[in-house]
Formats: sequence, C-alpha cells, structure tokens
Amino acid sequence: MNNERENEMSETKTNSLASIAAARTPGTTAMGVGLEARSVHAWFGQKHVLSDISLDFYAGTVTALIGPSGCGKSTFIRILNRMHEFIPSAAMAGEVLLDGKDVYRAGVDVTKIRLGIGMVFQKPNPFPSMTIKENVLSGLKLAQIKINNADELLEDCLVRAGLWSEVKDRLDQYGGTLSGGQQQRLCIARSLAVKPQVLLMDEPCSALDPGSTLRIEETIRDLSKTMTIVIVTHNMQQAARVSDYTGFFLSDGGPGELVEAAPTSHIFSNPKDKRTEDYVTGRFG
Amino acid sequence: MSTLTDNMPKEPLVPNKLSTPKPIKPWKATPKQLLPDFLGAIVAVVTSLVVVAFSPMAGILGFILTFIVISIITAASISGIRQDRKAAANSVSTMVIYFLAAFVLLPVVSIIFEIIRKGAPGLSFGIFFDDMSVTASDAPLSEGGLLHALVGSLYVVVLATIVSIPIGILTALYLTEVKGRAAGTVRFFVQAMSGVPSIVAGLFIYAVWMISLGGTYTTAAGSLALAILMIPTVARTAEEVLKLIPTDLREAGLALGATQWKTVALVVIPAARSGLITAVILGTARVAGETAPLLLTIGGNDAMNWNPLSGNNSALPFYVWKNFGLGTETGADRAWTGIFVLMVVVMIFFSIARVLGNKKG
Amino acid sequence: MHDQPVSILENPVNPVPTKVPEPREITTEPRLSDRVFRTVVSSGGFISLVVLGLISLFLLYEGLNIFRSEGLSFITSFEWVAESIENGTEASYGIGAMLYGTLVIGFIGLFFGFPLALGAALFLSYYAPEWLKKPMVLVIDIMAAIPSIVFGLWGYFVLMPQAEEWARLINKYLGFIPIFSMPGDFYTRSPFIAGLVLAVMIIPIITSISREVFAQTPLDRIQAAYALGATRWSMIRAVVIPYGKGGVIGGAMLGLGRAIGETVAVYTVLNLVYDIRPEIFLSAGGSVASLIVNKFGEATPPELKALMAAGFVLFIVTLAVNFLANAIINRTARQG
Repeated sequence: MNNERENEMSETKTNSLASIAAARTPGTTAMGVGLEARSVHAWFGQKHVLSDISLDFYAGTVTALIGPSGCGKSTFIRILNRMHEFIPSAAMAGEVLLDGKDVYRAGVDVTKIRLGIGMVFQKPNPFPSMTIKENVLSGLKLAQIKINNADELLEDCLVRAGLWSEVKDRLDQYGGTLSGGQQQRLCIARSLAVKPQVLLMDEPCSALDPGSTLRIEETIRDLSKTMTIVIVTHNMQQAARVSDYTGFFLSDGGPGELVEAAPTSHIFSNPKDKRTEDYVTGRFG
Repeated sequence: MSTLTDNMPKEPLVPNKLSTPKPIKPWKATPKQLLPDFLGAIVAVVTSLVVVAFSPMAGILGFILTFIVISIITAASISGIRQDRKAAANSVSTMVIYFLAAFVLLPVVSIIFEIIRKGAPGLSFGIFFDDMSVTASDAPLSEGGLLHALVGSLYVVVLATIVSIPIGILTALYLTEVKGRAAGTVRFFVQAMSGVPSIVAGLFIYAVWMISLGGTYTTAAGSLALAILMIPTVARTAEEVLKLIPTDLREAGLALGATQWKTVALVVIPAARSGLITAVILGTARVAGETAPLLLTIGGNDAMNWNPLSGNNSALPFYVWKNFGLGTETGADRAWTGIFVLMVVVMIFFSIARVLGNKKG
Repeated sequence: MHDQPVSILENPVNPVPTKVPEPREITTEPRLSDRVFRTVVSSGGFISLVVLGLISLFLLYEGLNIFRSEGLSFITSFEWVAESIENGTEASYGIGAMLYGTLVIGFIGLFFGFPLALGAALFLSYYAPEWLKKPMVLVIDIMAAIPSIVFGLWGYFVLMPQAEEWARLINKYLGFIPIFSMPGDFYTRSPFIAGLVLAVMIIPIITSISREVFAQTPLDRIQAAYALGATRWSMIRAVVIPYGKGGVIGGAMLGLGRAIGETVAVYTVLNLVYDIRPEIFLSAGGSVASLIVNKFGEATPPELKALMAAGFVLFIVTLAVNFLANAIINRTARQG
C-alpha cells in the first residue's frame, strides 16, 4: 500500500533477510516491516498467559507460529488485530505497531485497525444468511465502504483466494452450500475484499481434509506476494511448507513465551534452542 | 547467523520475569476520551431545556421527547465528526437501544413506587387479624381486614400446588427419563398449555364443576383452575432441571443393576431436589396473583371460610378486584393495600425460587 | 470389501455367498417395577394433553347450541343481546366486535411493547456493562411475576391519566388521520390505553425469548464480523438479527398470545362497546376475555352458553397463536 515510503525505509533489512532465507524466497514485494509486536503480555483475569513477546512480521512474508496447545499462540494473534478485548477478563501490555503506529494507541478507531489486519478463523464461518457474492462483499457492507466496481473486486478476491473457477457460476447461492475447504477459501476471499495489509490465520486448515489443506496452502503462498501473513498452526509440515519465518511458542505451565523465531529453514534444520529442536523433531508436543 | 539476530527479536528470548509490566486494558475509554461524550450529554440536556422553555412543548413529557431527539443528534454528530458515517450510525443505534432499555424499566419502577405509596398507608396489624364480615364497605380502613382473603389465597394456592406437583413432575420425568415416542408432542403441548388464557381455565372448571357436576362455588374449584395454569410452569422448569442432571449419574445407577425406577427415585430426583422445589415455587408465584379464574370459581366471601370443599371463599386477588369494583375511595384504598400484601406474597415466593435456583448453580 | 461378494456371486463355480447375519434384536424385558414406573410416568405425562383436550371438548359442548343457532354470525356479528322477557328482546350473540377489539389492543400492545422488548434484549446481550446485566434481568423477571390485577389497577390509576394526555396531544397534531380522530372528548378507557398496559405486560416474555435466541448466536460469526471491521451495530445487523429473526418473531407472537388472553388488566382499563370503531383513542373497545368477565356475573343460562362458546373461540385462537409461535421458536433454536 505505502510501497514507496517503506521501500526506502527498510530496504536493507529486507535484502539482508532475503539473502539469508534465499532458499525459501521470502516476500518478493519489498514493503518493509509490516507488523511489529513489542513486549506483548496477555492476561485473562489474574492468569498471565503470554509473557513478553516481541516479534516482527516482515511485509510480504508468511510467518508461522507453532507450539503445543495452550501456549498462547491464538491469544497472541488475537492481540494483533484487537480481537483479544472481546473476552471480558482480558488485559494486555506492550505495543503492536502497524506501519510504526501502535494499534492500541488512545483514540484509535478499532474498526479501522481490523480492516487493516484481517483474520481467518479455525472453523470456516461464512455468513449463512448471505450468498457467496454477498459474503465476499460483506466486509464492505459491515464497514459501510462504498465502491463502484463491486463485480471486479468480487472476481479479484475470489481469484486470489483460489475459488473463482469453482463458484463463478453460482455466486448467488448461499455460502453454506460449499464444501468445508471452499467455505474456508470463501472466508479468505471475504477478508481480502477490505484490502487488509496483514492477514492473520488461526489454524485455518485444522477443520479441513488434506486436499483442501493443500489448496489453502497454495493460496497462502500466492497471497504472500501482496500482503503479510501470520499463520498459527499445529501442523509442523504445514509451517515448513508455507512459511518464510517461524516462531516457536512454549509454555512451561506459566505464561506462554516465544522461545525462538527465525527463518523457517533454520528452525527446522538448525534450531538454536534445545526445546525447539525437541518440538520440531517430535520429541514432545 | 549474526545478521539474523540483528533482525529477529531484539528482546532476550527468555523474558526477565522481574520486570513484568502491569496488565492494562487499552481498549477501555479513558476519562479524557469520554470528555466529548460527557460534554455532548450536557449540551443535549441544556438544549432540551432551552427548546422546551421556548416552544409549545411543555412538561416532563415534552422534555423527555426533546431530550431523546437532541441527544441522538448530538451523539451522531460527535462520532460523525470524530470518525465517520459508520461510527455515527453506531452511535445512533447505541443511543436508541439505551433509551429503549431505560423505558422498559420505567413502568416497573412506577408500579412498585405506586404500590408502596398507595398501599402502605392502609397497612396495620389489624388487617391481618380481621375479615370484612361485619365491616361496611365504606367503613374507614382501620376497620375490617383481609385475613379471609389471605387464608383463601393460602388454600387455593396450596391445593393447586398439591394437584400440579405430581402432574408437572411426572410430565418432566416423561420428557427426560422415559423419553417416550410422544415426548416431542407432549413437550409441544405443554408449551402451548402455558399460553392458555387464565379466563379459559376458569370457564373450563365452571363448565365441569358447576354445569356438568352440579357443584357450587368452592375453594377446591378455584384451586383446580389454578392447577391448570400451574402445571405447565412446573413441568417446563422441572424438565430444564432434570436435563441438567448428568447422564453418567443415571448410567452409574443402571450399571449397578438398579432398575430405572430405583435410579430415578434414589439418584436422579435427590440430585435435582432443590431445582424441583424451585420449579414448584415458580409455579406458585405464577398462580398466586391470578384473578380471572377465581372470579368464575370461588364466588367471593367477606367472611372466613375454613372449609375448602364447600362454600364461597375469597382470595387476595379477589379481594382487590372486589374493593376496586366498588368504585369508592375507601374501596380503592383497600384494593391498593390488598395489592401491597399480594405483591409481598408473590415476591416472597419469587425470592425463594431465585435463591434456590441460584444455589444449584 | 465391496467388490468381493459381487465377484463371488458372479462366479457360479463358487456359489457360496458370504452370509450376512441378520441384526440381532436386543430385547430387554423390563422388570415389573420398571413397567409400573414407565406406565405411571407416561400417563402423568399425557395429562397435559388430556386436559387440553378436555378444555376444548367441554367448552365446545357447552357452546354447541350457540354455534348451531348463531352459525357464522357468532364470529361476525357485533350484537350481544341476552334474551329478556321484560325488554322483549330476543337473544343474539356475536363476538365480532370483541374479536376485532382483541386484535386491535393486541397489536397496539405489540406496537409499543415489541421495540422496547427488542431494545432491552439487545441492550442486555450486547450493550449493558457487566454490573448492570444481573439487576436488569432481575427487574424484568419481577415484571413477569407481577399479577395482572396489579397491572390493571396501575393502568387505571397511574397510566390512564397520563395516557389520556398523550392521546389528546396526538389527536391535536395528527387528528386528521382516521385512527387518531375523535368524535368528542371521550378519552377514558380506550383501546390505546389497554394496548399500553398490554405492551408493559408482554415486554418480559418477548425480552427473555429474544435474549435466549441472541445468546445462541454463533460466536464465530460474531467474531468474523468484528474481524471485518464491523461496528457493534453493523455486526448486530449482519449477524445477530438474521440469526435471531425467527426466534424474535416467535417471541413477539407469544406476547401477542398473552395479550389476546389477558382478562382483568384489560377489563379495568377498557370500555367494552359492541361496535367496531376506527378511533383508537375513543372510549370504546373490545376484548373477548373481558367480555366473559363482564357478562359472567349476571348471565342467564343461555347467555352462559354463549360465553362458553366465546371462551372456546378464545381458547382456539390463543392455542393457534401459541402453536405457531412455539414452532417458529423451536425451529430457530435448532438451526445451525
């Protein structure tokens, strides 16, 4: 979106990273640092669930967050687009910077934040009362955004989500008529329609069959050319397949911590931390 | 490796636990952020007062209407200017919903206020120890009392409860334990039965008791009419309670070789006891204030009648109805005092049901 | 697995088909105590059905002669005259005006009660701060527990004087609309006032049913809407209302059913007139339930039969409304 400005800002950074993770071909679009978490903590009531997470998500890359259940991965990405606050007992500390500006700063319009940082959930959740077309464009309606070329946008989003060829003849059918994998790609298309800079995916394939999972992974790779993607996954093969960077979360009973974050190939071939090695080699978790 | 660490998290990977920051909720509005809303509210109040003062709108009603309109406009403009059209629509709907919710509370507050204001002056010890058998209807409130109505109410409610407990609970057991083929149908009809108008229950008992069986007005007839209204409440609440009893508890009983009857009697019902009592008390709270069916069945009486099986009787709602119907000022006063006592009785039942219901979780 | 038996069947050399066993029937012979238990419980369970059946049978039986003699005009005629030798009148029973009046006050009740109840339900589900939820639910539950005679007296002594003023104001500015027009200054005990009292009385049931339905709205849909940048209001419009629509309509119908059957509260604030009048502020209305209370006291035996017939009609109408409402609510509760 703000390509030029950020191009200047962090060209060196992207280049150096690109050289390291050359095998994985990180984001080809140089967009600088997309999203940055700074010393993020999270609480539910008195329970400290996430401690001091600092992690950068480079624009145009896919970052996978892995770790055993209950280590706070999902809580973490829900903090990134301010979905955390829907739980009444929730609290947090730290900063989340989008384009260098804290999304939690006072007076910010939270709906604009969520427009900039989209989210795809574990279970496909298209709106059942809307047709496929209405589902894709629902974000515009919800945010009361007016556009002229709705049909173009519709096609563009469905193409990018890899669903166009399957649904182009039945755009007026209800979303519930699609298969699970198609529904999830519909949800991705729905998120794309409001043109987010960042897309958060919370175990997007855990409810899907292997075939659908592969289709979604292809979609994720394609999307990373134009946007920043953060994906939480339980599936280490998936992390290895789709991501440029991987962060490993772990909780030893206390709050979840970020043990290690590095280019994906390093995490899987040459982890620095013993615990990471144990996890990726399947010794626990 | 070295370039990687430059770019990857700058903080140490293992956090320093000593420096854990304080949890905050940055999404909660700070007083400073609420300032525009607060100023907006003041503006709305002041403008409404001014508009009411300089226009034909008058009185509290005029002020309230003006205030609603002005505050909605103010809220819309504040968020419209600060944010956008979407935020303005959100503010308008929020204001509307707040006002609607406030208006829902208004009648309850008014009713309780009036019951106390109009009913309390007539209260005295005497009314609980005297009836209206020798008191003229226009006699001052210090004479006579409503003991006969209180006793009559007690009779009809207790008898109705005795009739509806077994039926209501058997129905609930049928729906949750026996789960017969007709369970769906029964549930549907019980739901429908809770919508039977109370006057129809009275008419039905009149048709059976007085016309077909040739009976006369009695307390028992009234209690049967109330039982019809009470059964669905007891059955539906009891069903909800029994549904909460975990299935493993039943299976544990059956696995021990107990019969279903023993399992239900010794495991399920004791486990649900306080819930079932709640169901019954909710039922009594529902019927204690019923008036229409009693008008057709118990006949009314100004004196005590201790015999539930013969002779007219009164009840609190009947007493209220009768005194209100006199159309006199003392009549109205007695009616309000009767309502006060009736409401206290209903609220006692209601509170017991609440406390028991909450205890079970 | 699937191919194997087919090939065997096709091959005449090996004609032995795999034998699929008949499913064994599991029969349990319940012990005597259980059979008694199940019989007793089942018969208890059917009592509600029996009672409902008996109500319709008895009322129909008692009212049969009236239905025979009056025919359809029992429903359509406006006249209610008991036979009287002194006045030389012949009996003529018609509840047309009362039925019409019942619907009028029912809809006035819904007109005011429904938005308030819906607003309260949305407030409790999505707007109220935590500390306010419990007390407000308690107040609405108390509202549901207030006996109808209390509403009646409150309506008569407290609401009516106010409502008459409101009616005068509306008449003053909107009197050119037929339903707001007035032939004279007769504002007391009008359908408008009865409707207002009913509105207050049906708020609790509509609120609680709507709240139950809203509580079942799938959380993932709500989150999806918020994640797309929805405000609270646009989320409610896109997710909560489409999901809960059926249940809310069902709740409104249950409220209408209550309103139709309400007796004493309506009777205290409504002047019964055997005529259909378009003016809702005029002191002339109708209600089948109030008619029964009104005429019951001094009814002659034939008139009593007519009241039974009226009760039968009232019973059938409320039962139908309730059936429909419950069917809608149950369907909403089951949807995915």
